[in-house]
Amino acid sequence: MSLPATRGSGRTGWSPGFLVKLALIALVDALGVYAVLAAWSAESWGLLAAMVALLLAANWAYFSKRALPWKYILPGLAFLLVYQVYVVAYTGYVAFTNYGDGHNSTKEQAIEALLVQNERRVEGSPSSPLTVVAQGDTLGFAVVSPEGVVEAGTADEPLAAVDGASVEADRVTALPGYEVLEYAAVLERQQEVTDLRVPVSEDPNDGSIRTQDARTGYVFTSTLTYDAASDTMTDTTTGVTYTPNDDGQFEAADGSTLPVGWRVLVGLDNFVTAFGDERYAGPFGKILLWTFAFAVISVASTFLLGLFLAIAFNDARLRGRRVYRTLVILPYAIPGFLAALLWSGLLNRSYGFVNQVLFGGAEIPWLTDPLLAKLAVLGVNLWLGFPYMFLICTGALQSLPGDVLEAAKIDGAGRWRTWRSITLPLLLVATAPLLISSFAFNFNNFTLIYMLTGGGPRFDDASVPLGHTDILISMVYSVSGLDGTAAKDYGLASALSIVIFLVVATISAVAFRRTRSLEEIA
Amino acid sequence: MRRSILTAAALTATLALAACAGGADQPAGEESSAPPDGTGATLTVWVDETRQAAVEEAAAGFEESTGAEVDVVLKNFEDIRPDFLAQVPTGKGPDITVGAHDWLGELTSNGVVAPIELGDTADAFEPVSVTAFTQDDQVYGLPYAVENIALIRNTELAPEAPATWDDAIAAGEDAGTKYPLLIQTSTEGDPYTYYPLQTSFGAPVFEQNEDGTYAPELALGGEGGTKFAQWLAEQGEAGVLSTDVTYDIAVAAFAKGESPYIVGGPWMLEQFGDLDLAIDPIPSAGGEPAQPFVGVAGFYVSAQSENALLANDFLVNHMATSEAQLALYEAGDRPPALIEAADTASEDPITAGFREVGAEAVPMPSLPEMGAVWAYWGVTEAAIISGKTDPAKGWDKMVDDIQGEIG
Repeated sequence: MSLPATRGSGRTGWSPGFLVKLALIALVDALGVYAVLAAWSAESWGLLAAMVALLLAANWAYFSKRALPWKYILPGLAFLLVYQVYVVAYTGYVAFTNYGDGHNSTKEQAIEALLVQNERRVEGSPSSPLTVVAQGDTLGFAVVSPEGVVEAGTADEPLAAVDGASVEADRVTALPGYEVLEYAAVLERQQEVTDLRVPVSEDPNDGSIRTQDARTGYVFTSTLTYDAASDTMTDTTTGVTYTPNDDGQFEAADGSTLPVGWRVLVGLDNFVTAFGDERYAGPFGKILLWTFAFAVISVASTFLLGLFLAIAFNDARLRGRRVYRTLVILPYAIPGFLAALLWSGLLNRSYGFVNQVLFGGAEIPWLTDPLLAKLAVLGVNLWLGFPYMFLICTGALQSLPGDVLEAAKIDGAGRWRTWRSITLPLLLVATAPLLISSFAFNFNNFTLIYMLTGGGPRFDDASVPLGHTDILISMVYSVSGLDGTAAKDYGLASALSIVIFLVVATISAVAFRRTRSLEEIA
Repeated sequence: MRRSILTAAALTATLALAACAGGADQPAGEESSAPPDGTGATLTVWVDETRQAAVEEAAAGFEESTGAEVDVVLKNFEDIRPDFLAQVPTGKGPDITVGAHDWLGELTSNGVVAPIELGDTADAFEPVSVTAFTQDDQVYGLPYAVENIALIRNTELAPEAPATWDDAIAAGEDAGTKYPLLIQTSTEGDPYTYYPLQTSFGAPVFEQNEDGTYAPELALGGEGGTKFAQWLAEQGEAGVLSTDVTYDIAVAAFAKGESPYIVGGPWMLEQFGDLDLAIDPIPSAGGEPAQPFVGVAGFYVSAQSENALLANDFLVNHMATSEAQLALYEAGDRPPALIEAADTASEDPITAGFREVGAEAVPMPSLPEMGAVWAYWGVTEAAIISGKTDPAKGWDKMVDDIQGEIG
């Protein structure tokens, strides 16, 4: 089918292949354009730019004759960008900000929140039946005072009595000079209605009418005002002026700050806290060591047990191997978080199955003694992890070339020698990359720790809520405050995540380099 | 040719996924910008499982009277607080969410919640419920339920209410059951359930202002705190308190009739089936009144809601009604916050019992500093009960650690 002129790349002419390609690209373009429009309406400009770039790249790659390699690379590259690079880059960005409690959003929203939080209903002021009215495009309120007088006003015109209004059930239904808005029309402009403040009189200190439901109005005074020109907040009761500081808060001359702040870049502050703050530095060292020990021992123990069982069940003399193999894989079929939860029940000191039945009622503190808890975590992870290793070792063993083993036999090598010099190296070629990924997985095995011990038992000597079985990723979870026991600090948590990323990435890179030497054997 | 089709197919998948990522923004964008037709406005409300049906019922009435649509979104209760904090600033949060009053400090300091003017309806609510949602004289939530713990008594095993803790233990031992009294503890501790015992030694967690709100000054140290810690150690040694008793174990044991008493709340009742129960005040261990925490559940309005009018209208005029509050009571068993509804609900002696205990209780602090307290409080209590820590030293270290965290 392939014509020499097209040389397998950019199909041209109206061959069936080209038509299929055209249809597929048209589909891709349609989805891409939809995504661009969606990004446009959601006003996320970053996403919009990325989508446009990706779309152009896709069209270029699949229609250009000179872009053959890109035809293969592009899909993978796009996935890499969306799921890896973007996530790491965003985490990296957050690590340099003070995103967390008290610095949760943008400056505009913080100002808005501060202003609305500092409005006070004037004590003893009546709640007045209110009607939303309009003068042309200008919105206003019409209220019925407790004395039965109808008053109306807009943002610029203070309330004034209006004659000739019709009132039904305490509510204004028609007003000369104003148009009374229907509920539907009010809903259309509800943002404007809730933002509207109609002054009670010429004196701003008397307060202004506002409403939250377009039915009842209350008189409020504001204790905080914002001046956009000088970018300052002023407390009208004390006269103190607050100016924005570098930490994303409004600060007065005496150093006091207003409660709601916003997100700003803080440079390396989070990394300094992670390593420099003595409250974190001590536990961090211990947790780092335990994380390495946990990941290495977990990989080694699961691999050795899996390998042992794989070799045992690979022996042709063993009867019923299939049954055994199926049984051994069972722990793998139970979701990890569920199994960890089950085990935490089984290991309960007084009521757990392990102590009650296996140890005859002995009260062994499996999950509350520092050393035993570590052993319990390793033991449960061994139970959870060996079926996976068993599977890959079985697969690798069965694909070993028989002639090499035969040659070893002819050369007079003993069993041990054959296993050490032939089987194991060949096995490692196939399994080493999986061992590395297993290490990376266990390094971040949050589920197991969280479900089994919750990081406990706590360090007795530390002043942060961390424990003996906490690994780095569960430490990040505690520090970020997501469990509700501490103030949220996404900045610090992201900084620690970046540290974890660097550790895992470095170890994986070095280890993959080392496995190349294994491949030379094959 | 086959190759190029395959790659094109893979690319389609890639872009489709990317489109999904972009598309996910789309419905949210529609939600928050009100369509031009007033009757087509959509109000998004986050609820958890227990409240879903009751809110949907109230929403139906609201839809009928205003023509606006209410989109009730079911969420895990544990996810609501972090999701609300994260999503409101992006404009993708809901207009209204259910929540607990002790979130208030965090929600206001992050500027994600708007005040609600209850106006004259404020007097129709139990005073403690409105106080709980008040900060700096402003109300931020519409309360709908008041919950607190009490002593639940199995009347078959113990015919009379105990006057003190020691009486309760003595009566429990006389009953000949496996446990004299059940109180959930677990290895992480349970300071919420233990709080009435702590207050009976005169060691509240924070200093309380005259109007019932809290000042961010720790009060759980001092003599009362030390006495409470020593009492914990004694009771732990005597085997009355044990860190092995988790919530599940305690509830299951009480349901089986293995103890005449359990310290707990209305959320346990469902599992006690047809046991004959009575609700008593929690017996004092230290001589002073044992005051549990009151938690108030309510609705918050997002600070970034573009349907603020509708949201307030819905809450103040449709959720603050006796019918709506009773529907929520039916769904969650907690006494309603609206006095009229609470009176109706109190026809049930169990609900009346919890409400009576609640009248003497104190609101759980909603200060942002409270997060730091929880982190150390429970584990310290657990360590003292299990004898791992010296009571006085452990308690002092806890106070120091909390003080360090609060700064």
